[in-house]
Amino acid sequence: MKCGVVIFPGSNCDQDLIEVLGRITGDAVQEIWHKETDLKGCTHIFLPGGFSYGDYLRSGAIAKLSPVMDAVSKHANDGGFVMGICNGFQVLCEAGLLPGALLHNTSRQFICDNVFIKPNNTSNALCASLSPNKALQIPIAHGEGNYYADAETMDRIQKNEQIVFQYCDESGNVTDASNPNGSLMNIAGICNESKNVFGMMPHPERASADYLFNNDGVAIFESLFEMAK
Amino acid sequence: MYLCARMSAQNTNSNVETAKELGLLEEEYHKIVEILEREPNFDELSIFAVMWSEHCSYKNSITLLKTLPKEGPLMLAEAGEENAGLVDIGDGLACCFKIESHNHPSAIEPYQGAATGVGGINRDIFSMGARPIAQLNSLRFGNLATERTKWLVKGVVKGIGDYGNAFGIPTVGGEVYFDDCYETNILVNAMSVGIAEVGKTASAVADGPGNPVYIFGSTTGKDGIHGAAFASKDMSEDSVDDLPSVQVGDPFWEKLILEASLELLETGAVVGMQDMGAAGITCSTSEMAAKSGTGMAIHLDKAPQREKNMKSWEILLSESQERMLVILHKGREKEAEKIFEKWDLTYEQIGEVTDTERVQFFMNNKIVADIPAESLVLGGGAPIYQREWTDPTYLAKNRAFDLNSVQDITSADIKSVAEKITALPNIASKKWVYRQYDSMVGTVNQSTNKKSDAAIVKVKGTKKSLALTVDCNSRYVFAEPIIGAQIAVAEAARNIVCSGGIPAAVTNCLNFGNPYDKEVYYQFKHAVEGMGIACKYFNTPVTGGNVSFYNQHSDGTSVYPTPTIGMIGLLEDSENQMTLDFKNEGDVIYVLGKEVDDLNSSQYLAKLKKVEHSSSPYFDIDEEGKLHNTIVSLIENNKINHCHDISEGGTFISLLESAMTSGIGFEANSNESIRLDAGLFGEAQGRAIVSVSADAEADLLTALGDLPYRKLGTVKGNNVVVNGQSLGSVADFKFIYDNALGKALEA
Repeated sequence: MKCGVVIFPGSNCDQDLIEVLGRITGDAVQEIWHKETDLKGCTHIFLPGGFSYGDYLRSGAIAKLSPVMDAVSKHANDGGFVMGICNGFQVLCEAGLLPGALLHNTSRQFICDNVFIKPNNTSNALCASLSPNKALQIPIAHGEGNYYADAETMDRIQKNEQIVFQYCDESGNVTDASNPNGSLMNIAGICNESKNVFGMMPHPERASADYLFNNDGVAIFESLFEMAK
Repeated sequence: MYLCARMSAQNTNSNVETAKELGLLEEEYHKIVEILEREPNFDELSIFAVMWSEHCSYKNSITLLKTLPKEGPLMLAEAGEENAGLVDIGDGLACCFKIESHNHPSAIEPYQGAATGVGGINRDIFSMGARPIAQLNSLRFGNLATERTKWLVKGVVKGIGDYGNAFGIPTVGGEVYFDDCYETNILVNAMSVGIAEVGKTASAVADGPGNPVYIFGSTTGKDGIHGAAFASKDMSEDSVDDLPSVQVGDPFWEKLILEASLELLETGAVVGMQDMGAAGITCSTSEMAAKSGTGMAIHLDKAPQREKNMKSWEILLSESQERMLVILHKGREKEAEKIFEKWDLTYEQIGEVTDTERVQFFMNNKIVADIPAESLVLGGGAPIYQREWTDPTYLAKNRAFDLNSVQDITSADIKSVAEKITALPNIASKKWVYRQYDSMVGTVNQSTNKKSDAAIVKVKGTKKSLALTVDCNSRYVFAEPIIGAQIAVAEAARNIVCSGGIPAAVTNCLNFGNPYDKEVYYQFKHAVEGMGIACKYFNTPVTGGNVSFYNQHSDGTSVYPTPTIGMIGLLEDSENQMTLDFKNEGDVIYVLGKEVDDLNSSQYLAKLKKVEHSSSPYFDIDEEGKLHNTIVSLIENNKINHCHDISEGGTFISLLESAMTSGIGFEANSNESIRLDAGLFGEAQGRAIVSVSADAEADLLTALGDLPYRKLGTVKGNNVVVNGQSLGSVADFKFIYDNALGKALEA
């Protein structure tokens, strides 16, 4: 197992993620500059948060054209693990590796807040060892996090259990009031059909340290690496 | 050498007129002729105008600023030496920090004005080789009921958010005030804090004749021309005509030049570096050359340009954002160019360092300006003025305020007054604002999940944290400048102390009206004096900052004197963080410091009782110092469970904030020996509220020694209970507190 974090110009959560992945796995994490064309032997590829290329167009719309994305797509299509967080999620949707799109928040404002999410099911690597009803406090920070897909896609991702996380209240109830951005079905994270490509808007790497007084994110990474053993 | 520009042929009179149009005084024009020993041409006049503008030269403030304390054992760079202050925080690290205003641009184009303010202050930090880790801001707006103010608030907040969020540095703290005096002239002050390795910081120097001068980052366009001059005059209805003086920001480029700059410094190929802010190429070249006693020959046409057919003076004065000037060691150009190319940055060698001690600008190999570098800069030839002041007439009215002219409230009024105070825009939660700022990127913000009076930020790789705060209650400064400014410093220090930190150093942003107005200059002089007194007392040297004059409408109305204090403090161990929320039911609550019969300049008096004129609140610097020392020792020895200072809204709001943050209520009694309103809502300084477990109460009282204190009550239940009367649930008050600002803005 070897983790790699792709760095686009404008990525700004790359170092936070590298630090947490390194701490949890105990191994060095590979930085992969967006101009690279191979993944340097990494088995687990992460696309971090930030504003790739400034995100002046639709978020992630330019980053999908970066040289490295061919290798990332190939890795994903070969069944390799890929996870996008926040802007990384937006890039994966733009690249067609995940279904649906992330629209502007319904408030039309950028929102940075501590929110709660819970696993929709435990049939995937990120949630396999999470308790199904426990709400995790994971921060969000985005202007375009409002998950949308057409009815047919929504139907399909539900049937295939591709909804990974949903926004909920502190007690784990999925309610309208706990939906920060207008996402359909309170969706905070999804995966592809074969469950090797993941995207989530909340930032587990921002909830993974004692000194931040929130370790809820660690459970998600641990679940993933438990499965990878 | 003879210059071929159009002005030299003209007569002195018309040159003087041009000089005046550019913002220079007639006496300044003659001084320029003396320096050059000839008539200046238009380009040269433009250069002098911008370099001698208030914004760049501090000509009307520098004499007083020099009286501020700037030395201390932790100082690595003194005020004025570098782009930003540099404080030794141990472990081989230095904290680099500064606050700066972007008031004028924000008043006419709030989104870009605020965004580029954020960009500019961050460049000051990373051009010194420090990586920014946290940002704060201090905002002042007019009446929230007007549509214009709502537009300004929304624009400024979105501008700060969009820029800071994309740049990727968390916004961890700040303040927002609303007062009618800021209706035309809003204030937007942005602060950035970075960390550098001691010995690896960069300087804005241009040593070594023959060394190449590079420009890198964004291209040079026509935006922001005369921005510095624009910031040096009063606002009027016509100010919107100055729109081209407002720069446009691009946080994506800023992020790229941040990474490229730090990577470049790492190579050792850099002689000196400076960002291009006010007055662009002109300011950066002349300041760097003057500092090193060298000169520079700059080919303006080589600067990558955004627009065709730019004139030499436009390139000289452009304030296009996200540009850096760097001097490299000759022979190491390739290393630098490789980094610029990695980050896809525009770059070009535009000249070289010379030994002429002159800045010489060329356009297509023809010289267009030739000026001694020293003559342009602060500390060199830039003019210095002593302005006159006179006692403002309004001060007599403030000092004459009689507390007895205001009727005290009765216990039947407490609930409604408490609710009104909680809903005041100056007191209510600023969540509507800060939720739009990424406060968590970088994973350093310890205050996300544990709130303190100051923002607590982790210094990664060490046991330490920084405590950061910006403070200025300008109503107090207006009330009595010399006291109000001391309070601003004292409150900043108190916030740091109450959070478990030790105050270390100050950066200031001095926002005032027109310095040629004698009453305004009185405010300035006395505020600087007060700041100096308090900074000496609290051992927090002033490392730098900025002065923003002309925050004044053309009708003569000026903003409150607003000397914003940005203070950093140090927590040797992050675990020393003290928080402001109540911890356990049953804990006993104490107020520390003297309770006095005082309503001066309180939000209660100004906003509810509509009394505009009263003096500054009760303040005694020795009592304040004693309070701070006691709190430091209480926290060090684990004697208290929470600590929250008393500021706007008085004792009641301090208690309420601790309750709302914890979700636990309280039962408290006001001081019977003073007025009910003063006891609950008065803003006398030098006070903080703490709580302690019942079994440790005696221990606490011993530790307090002879510091005045009074038992306030108990942490208990779900309700807000004052003098035996329940005012409602904590949740009800929290609803008012959380929603008041958003409601007013969306109304």
